[in-house]
Amino acid sequence: MSDQAELELAARVLELARASAGPSADVDVSVNRVALALTRFANSYIHQNVADTTTEVQLRIHSEGRTASASSTLVGADALGEMVERTVAAAKASPADPGWPGLIGTTPVLPSHDIDEAIVDASPADRASRVRDYIEAVGDLTAAGYFRTRYWASAYANSAGQAVSGACTEAALDAIAKTAALSDGVARQASRRIADIDCAVHGARAAAKARAWDGAVEIEPGAYEVVLEPTAVADVVYCLGNFGFNGKLVNEHQSFLEFGTRQMDGSITLVDDGVSAFAAGLPFDTEGTPRRRLALVENGVSRDAAYDRRSAAEAGVASNGYAEAESAVFGMSPGNIRLEPSAGSAPTEVDGPASNSSVLELVAQVGRGLLVTDHFYTRCLDPRRVLMTGLTRNGTWLIENGEIVRPVKNMRFTQSYSESLGPGNVLGIGSDAIAIPYNYGTNSATAPALRLAAWNFTGGASG
Amino acid sequence: MTHFDAADAAVEAALGAGATYADARVMHRRYESMSARNGDVEDLTQRESAGIGVRALVGGSWGFFGVPDLDDAVARRAGVRAAEIAAASATVPNRRGGQGLIPSEPEVGTWASECLIDPLAVPLSEKGDLLTSATAEMRKQGADIAVGSYDIWDTRKWFVSSEGHRIDQHVRECGGAITSTVIGDGETQVRSYPSRRGQFGTRGWELVEEADLGAHAARIAEEARALTRAPQCPAGETTVIIGGEQLALQIHESVGHAIELDRILGWEAAYAGTSWLDLSQLGSLKFGSELMNIVIDPTYPGALGSFGWDDEGTRAHKRDAVRNGIWKGVLAGRESAAVAGLDYGGSVRADGWARLPMVRMTNVGLEPGPHTLEEMIAATDDGIYMDMNRSWSIDDRRLNFQFGCQIAYEIKNGKLGRMLKNPTYTGIGPRFWASMDMLSSDIVAWGTPNCGKGQPGQTGHTGHPSAPARFTNVRVGVRG
Repeated sequence: MSDQAELELAARVLELARASAGPSADVDVSVNRVALALTRFANSYIHQNVADTTTEVQLRIHSEGRTASASSTLVGADALGEMVERTVAAAKASPADPGWPGLIGTTPVLPSHDIDEAIVDASPADRASRVRDYIEAVGDLTAAGYFRTRYWASAYANSAGQAVSGACTEAALDAIAKTAALSDGVARQASRRIADIDCAVHGARAAAKARAWDGAVEIEPGAYEVVLEPTAVADVVYCLGNFGFNGKLVNEHQSFLEFGTRQMDGSITLVDDGVSAFAAGLPFDTEGTPRRRLALVENGVSRDAAYDRRSAAEAGVASNGYAEAESAVFGMSPGNIRLEPSAGSAPTEVDGPASNSSVLELVAQVGRGLLVTDHFYTRCLDPRRVLMTGLTRNGTWLIENGEIVRPVKNMRFTQSYSESLGPGNVLGIGSDAIAIPYNYGTNSATAPALRLAAWNFTGGASG
Repeated sequence: MTHFDAADAAVEAALGAGATYADARVMHRRYESMSARNGDVEDLTQRESAGIGVRALVGGSWGFFGVPDLDDAVARRAGVRAAEIAAASATVPNRRGGQGLIPSEPEVGTWASECLIDPLAVPLSEKGDLLTSATAEMRKQGADIAVGSYDIWDTRKWFVSSEGHRIDQHVRECGGAITSTVIGDGETQVRSYPSRRGQFGTRGWELVEEADLGAHAARIAEEARALTRAPQCPAGETTVIIGGEQLALQIHESVGHAIELDRILGWEAAYAGTSWLDLSQLGSLKFGSELMNIVIDPTYPGALGSFGWDDEGTRAHKRDAVRNGIWKGVLAGRESAAVAGLDYGGSVRADGWARLPMVRMTNVGLEPGPHTLEEMIAATDDGIYMDMNRSWSIDDRRLNFQFGCQIAYEIKNGKLGRMLKNPTYTGIGPRFWASMDMLSSDIVAWGTPNCGKGQPGQTGHTGHPSAPARFTNVRVGVRG
């Protein structure tokens, strides 16, 4: 597979737009081709099985102080010509845009990852086979979830001379196993290589969790010490990315961030790194800005946030490559955020509810607390503190004297995520970081388990 | 070649590749949005998307393929690909037997939403001036961040099935909003108008004109500033009057999603979740108080979830969801209805040509009650009035919810008192609805343009007729 076709298409649209808008206009073009296939199962059979291949062209024109942008999935010559003319007309008619940050000039980007041809070539039968492995591994329990593959080729070109292209692949499993008593367990993993995801291992793990959660009891809400498994920690770091490390919210003083200040525990190092071995990402954004490893928090000290060109200009810094289709409105989210794990030996499979030996080591340090597998439906009450409410899901257990003693029903929490990682609040970090897929886009969060001093549970299963 | 021809070709190819049933939707959508901040435009986007999505049934299993090209040969290949994917699904089949569809008359027809002013034809300068002037006014009146926005969707669809359906529809939707944010001491306070994300409907630009955004700019900026100085909403259990905008989202989350048949059947178990409702109790389960009458009504004029036919060709039809507090109906499709043993569908839609049609809310909302908001306040000795959504969360069975609102007022001796900040309320769905003892007659069909569901993720547009209502013994003031 090659991203050359996308680069040629971007160059063609750029030429059309420059001819129409005139030589003084700033013009940039982004082309994305995504081949997505997702095999979804529920009640232990494949009930929804979909695929599509879509090419989308995005065009921005800034002319005489006014800006308009457009996109289209119609890439025939006539349709592209019409899009260009509509965008030129829209730029003339739109209100003034005094915050236009200009375009990036010729700047090299890192090479893309190696493409996993097994993902590119994966057939519906291949995906069905992996689903069957998962379903067989959960045994007499009910299985539900998805296995997906995605190939993404992208190119960017602008009137200031920047022209870059790249491609990436991703495979992901997100699935549960459910007992007849409706207790469930979960398994999630994203990877750039399809061979990394062993659906049978994940099925056995989810089934063990589901069986161990059977017979859950309700306990009193309140502040508990917790061990959050990677599936729950992924939610914490995702929300911190959205509301804390979002450059637009930083500019608006809606973020908690104070650069250079120790705002988190010294054991916390958070990075965003779409070009690492962990995550599937492209080495540039929709403005052609190169992406590299971005240190957000180093040893507890807040260091940086995600910016596109407009928010960076407002902040007086350089863009670090986080422009997206709607980032001008909603801001920038670190799409491949990673909480660095602790040094330690490679984890092994264990019996019972903990997902592996790394989690169990943290559990062993807890006097009284809760082991939480997953979060659900977390929403922000106030971005200034990343104050979130949500529920536990897919397995919660009471820990006493370092042992998992009984399953606990789901609980509601209302908790400041930034304060939960504050100085002194992080009592342990797991040694195994797992990439957890998102439902939208190719983004993921990579996280180990965490032992935290306190988590504010504000309601039980019965209200 | 017409769009119907492309859909016909895709269906024919799917049947030729072994499908026992197939349907195809050609969709062409134009979208426009503009956002202004603090008096300047920060984004103007125009999108166009067109393609064909084909659904095929092979051996009782389904496949779907979408492609952004309406060429005859491409449409045929899409039909074949859908059948191939369905054949792969059949290798991991439902052990209880294949999934069919409930019978349907082969509908043929045309439908268009009412639109007095084409929103895409309104000059960009006029739309931009509306947003820049409103945000400049909010800024002038004390907002730290003043944002205004509108969104417009213009969608044409051509649907064909192997059973003889042949339907084309033209749906125009739009709406807009303004929001003032004030940064306080370690907090933010927000006020929006007309709702959190804006009011939306299957109407033309007249909807935005009627909202008169500019006339409310100064008020919401002043309220956001005042909230930073207001006392906290107290914690405890009390009587709560919930405004119509917030109650619309309460309906959406705790009723609309709970009555989706695919959730009840477990098809969303791994992601969106299931439902606390059990089909064996359909027709007898007490969902709420006798004041609770909720209908599923895609024929509601101008509401955001309105259409002529759903995306598998079932004609729009009004149906009870809850009548006098008793659970009466579900949101269903032809496939889920067949599995559940029901005889109606009509609530299946897709977010574009590249996505599989699935069970979605249409317009799910309250019928009017006998009271007014003023009567409810006057009848309350001690309570809290809160409105305008700020946060929302509910569990995977749609029982345990917590909502945050933008603003609240205490009620003492039948009168509104002090403004309160950070109001939240929490509860369990059926217990909460059973406590509804007063309901206003002042119904507004609020639009929700951001309902997420499905894998791959789809964004749905839903409508929720709603009115202020009173609830007793509600836990409020949850804080982290």
